[in-house]
Amino acid sequence: MSMPQALKRFLHPVLMILLGGVGLYIVTLVYATGESLLAGVMLVTLACFLWIYTSPKTYAYRYLFPGIGAALVFVIFPMLYTVRIGFTNYSSKNLLTFNRATQYLLEETYRAEGPTYTSTLHAEGGRWRLRLEDEEHGTAFHTEPFALGKDGHLALKAEPAGTSPLDGEMPMKDLIGHQTFLKGLTVLMPDGGQVRMTGLREFAPSRLQYTRNQDGSLTNHQDQSLLRPNPKTGFYETPSGEAVDPGFQVDIGWQHYVEIFTDASIREPFVRIFAWTVSFAALSVLFTLSLGMVLAVLLSWENLRFRSVYRLLLFLPYAIPGFISILVFKGLFNNNLGEINIVLGALFGIKPAWFSDPFLARTMILIVNTWLGFPYMMVICMGLIKAIPLDLYEASAVAGAGPITNFFKITLPLIIKPLTPLLISSFAFNFNNFVLISLLTGGRPDILNTSIPAGTTDLLATYTYRIAFEDSGQQFGLAAAISTVIFLMVAVITIVQIRATKITQDDKR
Amino acid sequence: MAIVIDKSQRWRVLAAHAFLVFLCVLVIFPLLMVISISLRPGNFATGTLIPETISLEHWRFALGIPSAGPDGQMIKPDLPVLLWLWNSVKVATLSATVALFLSTTAAYAFARMKFAGKKAALLGLMLMQMFPTVLALIAIHAIFSRIGHVFPLFGVDSHWALVLAYSGGIALHIWTIKGFYETIPIEIEEAATVDGATPWQAFWRVLLPMSLPILMVIFLLAFIGAIIEYPQASILLRSQDKLTLAAGMKQFLYAQKYLWGDFAAAAILSGLPISIVFILAQRWMISGLTSGANKG
Repeated sequence: MSMPQALKRFLHPVLMILLGGVGLYIVTLVYATGESLLAGVMLVTLACFLWIYTSPKTYAYRYLFPGIGAALVFVIFPMLYTVRIGFTNYSSKNLLTFNRATQYLLEETYRAEGPTYTSTLHAEGGRWRLRLEDEEHGTAFHTEPFALGKDGHLALKAEPAGTSPLDGEMPMKDLIGHQTFLKGLTVLMPDGGQVRMTGLREFAPSRLQYTRNQDGSLTNHQDQSLLRPNPKTGFYETPSGEAVDPGFQVDIGWQHYVEIFTDASIREPFVRIFAWTVSFAALSVLFTLSLGMVLAVLLSWENLRFRSVYRLLLFLPYAIPGFISILVFKGLFNNNLGEINIVLGALFGIKPAWFSDPFLARTMILIVNTWLGFPYMMVICMGLIKAIPLDLYEASAVAGAGPITNFFKITLPLIIKPLTPLLISSFAFNFNNFVLISLLTGGRPDILNTSIPAGTTDLLATYTYRIAFEDSGQQFGLAAAISTVIFLMVAVITIVQIRATKITQDDKR
Repeated sequence: MAIVIDKSQRWRVLAAHAFLVFLCVLVIFPLLMVISISLRPGNFATGTLIPETISLEHWRFALGIPSAGPDGQMIKPDLPVLLWLWNSVKVATLSATVALFLSTTAAYAFARMKFAGKKAALLGLMLMQMFPTVLALIAIHAIFSRIGHVFPLFGVDSHWALVLAYSGGIALHIWTIKGFYETIPIEIEEAATVDGATPWQAFWRVLLPMSLPILMVIFLLAFIGAIIEYPQASILLRSQDKLTLAAGMKQFLYAQKYLWGDFAAAAILSGLPISIVFILAQRWMISGLTSGANKG
């Protein structure tokens, strides 16, 4: 009986030491690949993990660690990282980290002096040999046999070809499949030179173009010039100031924010999109609330029959996944082929251009969003109306009041107060209603004469998405800066929301 | 209460019915249209709202059954709807499981234990919920592409990346489960502790089995949430055979390749099961929650 107990006592520390060791090993491996940020996050996570699961003082945190950790790493950290990216020039031009950009340049080669060889690949006992033939001088070389792999850098020795020719030549179409592997080959010639693949059937002397110096500059062996990294622009630059691709990410301070608020070609669309975003969110709340509340009042009326049938049918839009119903509307509203225009054409002889006219596009978006959103308001209002004491209505009936008076004097005043926080969160939701705009119009039709594509139906959230992922420049830095501005706006809405709910007081209860 | 049904009342009832029927038609019209479109031959057919001839070509497309092209060759549909549906179900099941594990344990600590920073953490979770992940898409994309350099399994274009990205969105679940735990009397767990159970055993053997209804509700909420999530799926998944339904469906309606009929069939095929699960879950969520509360 003592054995399992001893085992139990030692199991925990041994397991922790093992996990810690494995964790540290993995972190080291990650650090070695140059991803220091990732390694740092992992190291902090590992340290927290070990501390929380070994110290008796942190018992409660053992239950919190997985959940809170996931929230911190995958929700809070990306938000902070977005703010961080807003201060960099991260974009398709400056995509790589400094280390990777340097690495890329250090692997560049150039064509050096010397003869060009026609290359063929020949099978020999399950392995392959490369034959290099210099037709001009009539010489030929064979490499040692090697195995074809995926990638990796292999150096092969070559020697003058004997009289026996090689056969089993690899056909062209197979050769294409092995191109990446062959590009990594370096063939060492008997005279001490090196040749590399320069064409599909061609090897030629090539040298590494750059070597790194002590001070971080790169020497170009082709023309003996010096490249220096410029930490302001994020490029290696020649002495004359010419930028050499690829660029790398550097901090540029408040530059994006200055652009957003002073550069007219960005500020004007930004202001217009902001105005539309606010009006879209406000109108969406107004329309869904009005329709939802009218329906809730009607469906709470006991003299009405079939109420449960109506309720079920009217709830349907809420149950259908948004990405499907929005796309259904995209098809139905189609200018030429859409069923809505067929009906309108048959009834009134009109054919509105829902997707190319800004005003109509905005109208369509509001129609669709009302269709999608009223069931939620209806269900909420019905719940609130149910809680109103019936004798209030009896008293008003005795006083001879009609239904309209009842609604404005009893129902509305009683439900508007508990409804307010929900209305604010509905406003906040629509303020960032990315899915609707992205799937329905994609922000189009576009505003004319802008340096960065901006749409008349774009919300701020879809505008940043387009800058980051659709616009050819992939200006992640600028988009992240705009996202940060939106974060601040959402924060303001949230403060209003907290005031309305008095969240802290509810908590004390 | 005795209310005399007068003439104006009868008119009002009629008007209310007319209004409700009108709205129901507006709600149902798009849905019926989709059924009609999915049965109509051709992707560009116009003119009739009710198909004159029934064609199953779009359903064959949606189900991935090869059909004969104009030159008689068998053509396999190029948009793998069923594979996308499977991907969606896979990602949603995995992330709902992860969400359940992460939120039940955290909610236990919040409901039953005292620790420094509890109030701040709860408030922080609530605030976190206000900021949509849509605003952090750039960072999420950057983070997962950097992770992908080191661990390709968790990089961009992997389902695991999506599961990880979804795992952080559990703030509301934690609040919901915490509220439920608090309706269960603590005395039951205390009795177990007196009998020698560790806090973990009290949680795992006593509290969790009693919380089964709320766990199922949370699982379904997380499942549906992951199925309908579009923004993150659209930036983290790239290749055609990795896409989820939400990320892939828009490909039917590109201007240069407009597959309206095929889309209609695919929409019914994928939307119907999800909607049914949602409607059932909605009723069951409410009954599950109340029956759970009665227990306490």
